Amino acid sequence: MEKGFSTAVELATAIRQGKTTAVEAMETVLDRIGEVEECYNCYVAVDREAALKRAEAVQRRIRAGELTGQLAGVPVAIKDNLHVAGLPTTCASRILESYRSTFTATAVERLEDAGAVVVGKTNMDEFAMGSTTETSAWGVTKNPRNPEHVPGGSSGGSAAAVAAGECVFALGSDTGGSIRQPASHCGVVGLKPTYGTVSRYGLVAYGSSLDQVGPLSRTVEDCAVILEVLAARDEKDSTSIAREDTDFTKALVQDVRGMRIGIPKDYFGQGLDGEVRTAVLEAAQLLGRQGAMVEEFDLDLVEYAVPTYYTIAAAEASSNLERFDGVKYGYRTAGAEELHQMYKQTRSQGFGPEVKRRIMLGSFVLSSGYYDAYYLKALQVKAMIKAAFDQAFARYDCILSPVAPATAPRLGESLQDPLRMYLGDIYTVSANLAGLPAISLPCGVDHLGLPIGLQLMGDCFQEKKLLRVAYTYEQLRRDKASGQNPKQAPDIEPAHVIRQAPGAEPAHVIRQVTGAGLVQHSGEEASQQAYARRKEGM
Amino acid sequence: MANVISDETIEYVGILAKLELSGQEKEQARRDMGQMLDYIDKLKELDTSGVEPMSHVFQVQNVFREDVVTNGDGREESLCNAPQQKDGMFLVPKTFV
Repeated sequence: MEKGFSTAVELATAIRQGKTTAVEAMETVLDRIGEVEECYNCYVAVDREAALKRAEAVQRRIRAGELTGQLAGVPVAIKDNLHVAGLPTTCASRILESYRSTFTATAVERLEDAGAVVVGKTNMDEFAMGSTTETSAWGVTKNPRNPEHVPGGSSGGSAAAVAAGECVFALGSDTGGSIRQPASHCGVVGLKPTYGTVSRYGLVAYGSSLDQVGPLSRTVEDCAVILEVLAARDEKDSTSIAREDTDFTKALVQDVRGMRIGIPKDYFGQGLDGEVRTAVLEAAQLLGRQGAMVEEFDLDLVEYAVPTYYTIAAAEASSNLERFDGVKYGYRTAGAEELHQMYKQTRSQGFGPEVKRRIMLGSFVLSSGYYDAYYLKALQVKAMIKAAFDQAFARYDCILSPVAPATAPRLGESLQDPLRMYLGDIYTVSANLAGLPAISLPCGVDHLGLPIGLQLMGDCFQEKKLLRVAYTYEQLRRDKASGQNPKQAPDIEPAHVIRQAPGAEPAHVIRQVTGAGLVQHSGEEASQQAYARRKEGM
Repeated sequence: MANVISDETIEYVGILAKLELSGQEKEQARRDMGQMLDYIDKLKELDTSGVEPMSHVFQVQNVFREDVVTNGDGREESLCNAPQQKDGMFLVPKTFV
């Protein structure tokens, strides 16, 4: 594979064999960032010097035989809602513009313990609220497959960084599809584990009962390797689960004979793009020809998932985001004379429109007089949705569907109509409501060359079934592509082979912050000023 | 059955959410919230009588541990991101006026 676009497993193997080093791997990624970051804006912060220093330290330990795992020396990008000590954590919000983490999230710590090296923090929708990465206070991220389109969201920076070769793999968080949907739009693999599989300690909470941390990678194999490292019970997250079946790489078997795959009829009705439909159904047929039993079935309550999700997510968000009040950290308004005024002005100036919209809705559905009619009702429907999935998984090993109704929209197209954007989450939110694992992987491209994603959902704790089906499909597709064409299927290739990054765009500025060795990127003048303030605060 | 959100409701939600909205923002919030609630009202089609609300997908219990200090003081770390501090404490504007 082309330099800079190797998989995590390939790279770690090459490092172990002495063919390259962790430092060289990091230099390759940093060079790539130097080339294309100005166009894509995947990162909120890149700490070059520290990243190279960490790579050197890891290389010494690899040489000493202390680090032997499959991620040792591999550069990883971290979504900006996960804490990494010493780096900013802004959740792409002005309200955290000057915040610098003093501790590291458990998920990141586990990767670092395995020898992965953090490159920087990736752009996202503000507080993970959005499906396009356009609600970021630090400017939009562009889709490396076609920079006129969004990368999806909210983990858009992570997905785009993997697709653009600006890291080898990344961490994201998924509350209603925020790993799977951007993975789909950028043509990479993304997995949301069963709720409780990965510790949420150090993840800035959005919807606590729905949030899970998970990997974005170039292959299903990488995904399994990363999940194996991440999955563990953590004392610091009381909802994390002690699982014994975390040897996920054992599931990487190319064999789906006898596996039962269900296709919900209601997922293929109105609103689904024709090209997406065709690509996803072709994937199902391919698996069928390999001996999987594939059949359509009626999944109940499909149209109730999105309203249930937005009620619960908004309610939890309104509660979780109460902590941003200008007292302990982050932005504080200037000139407020008393405490209450300070709270209100700080929050009103610090939060963007989408965050305010969800906090308002959440406050409303939790308010006395409306609590039963909206919030409690949503929790009841959630129970019914969970029961519908229980019924489905009594018959099927996994549920196959699209990830999103359409490929990545053009920049600026989505935010005009929030409700329409929310409806785009129809295939992904159920996994969060029911706590299920789900994986997104590429299954084709549309007429514009934009990637189409395939989603596989499994019953709780059945990641291995998903990985087995996903791995099988990925191998089949690769074989098929290389059979038809000496080159691979277009979206298997590195992003820049399809589309060259257009020339430098004036709206994007790379700023070298001296001292801390941080490169910060922003897309708007306002955010540049914010960065200047953050810089002063350092 | 469109949801009509009154001025009072927007004021009230603003207080709960601790947000100070401009006239234009209030107007926008009223429209957005009305539209969202119309959509969420779809849930009312379902008969949920007798269904136990599910706040957590797994049976979870409180996790207890011995009440012993395991972390350090952490005061410096806790204060280092504070907008304002004084004598090792967070400094805030007047609480009574």
